[in-house]
Amino acid sequence: MTTMDTLEKPFELGFTYTRSTGPVIGHFLGALAEHRILGVRGSDGRVLVPPPEFDPVTAAPLDEWVELATEGVVLSWCWVAQPRASHPLQEAFAWIMVQLDGADVPMIHCLRAPAMSAVRSGARVRACWVAEPVGRITDLCCFELVEGDKA
Amino acid sequence: MSEDVAVMQAPVYLQYHFTAGRAPTRFLRRLKEGVLSGQRCPRCSQVYIPPRGSCPACGVATEEEVILSDKGTVQSFTIVHIPIPGNPIDPPYVVANIVPDGANISFIHLLSECDNREVRIGQRVEAVWRPREEWTWAMENILYFRPLDEPDVAVERIGTLPVTGLEG
Repeated sequence: MTTMDTLEKPFELGFTYTRSTGPVIGHFLGALAEHRILGVRGSDGRVLVPPPEFDPVTAAPLDEWVELATEGVVLSWCWVAQPRASHPLQEAFAWIMVQLDGADVPMIHCLRAPAMSAVRSGARVRACWVAEPVGRITDLCCFELVEGDKA
Repeated sequence: MSEDVAVMQAPVYLQYHFTAGRAPTRFLRRLKEGVLSGQRCPRCSQVYIPPRGSCPACGVATEEEVILSDKGTVQSFTIVHIPIPGNPIDPPYVVANIVPDGANISFIHLLSECDNREVRIGQRVEAVWRPREEWTWAMENILYFRPLDEPDVAVERIGTLPVTGLEG
């Protein structure tokens, strides 16, 4: 009797959001399309990236742009041995808190690395870019280790 | 100088695997044959559609299957005027909570072939089914409900009637 076999089926539910970026993130994304990473200077002098639209201390609008290096240092990291479909890389990779040269705060991104043993806090990394940028954070597709770095 | 980005596409897709469970499976198999069915609680006698295998009021398992009518009563409704992206139905259209005869709770479906201004709570309606060859394991087997030429059901009687909605 097959009538008691439970029915099952895969489903996909999609929320097709279009988001407005605002003047600050929109400027940041536009620069990414040119392989440039921009931060803003906060009221306390710190350079913040990704750039917040308003100062985290005074809540005043921020508009002093600072171009950062596309290299930086890993402050902390987490290895993803088995990436899922929604992850930015489909081979094993590391989430990293990377502080770009010229910035005073780290941001989160992903690091392509040959093995977990190759990753360490303090490692130098550089940005990798997609071939056809469209003005999204994923234009900066990942970071990779700077070879020969033994700092 | 770079050009600012004004908007970005940021879709979110949720992929999941739905397992119906025993009671809903029985319901869906009946539905594929063009029959609405529910389950009766052994303690409070309420009939639920779609059946979930237990009574939410009493917390006991439900086993007894009840074949229901495809006629029912409008318990509540709303008229949708705003188009929803991706929705093929042109507004304005009526979405109604319909209590099928023989059940004690409603399900949501469309109401059509009607004058939207005359839709009302207590209105009698019947299912309009797709062609039999299109039936599958889904409520979409019913295209929509349409008004019946029958007297309205008093509000306090909706969902309490034993069988046809007109008896008692």
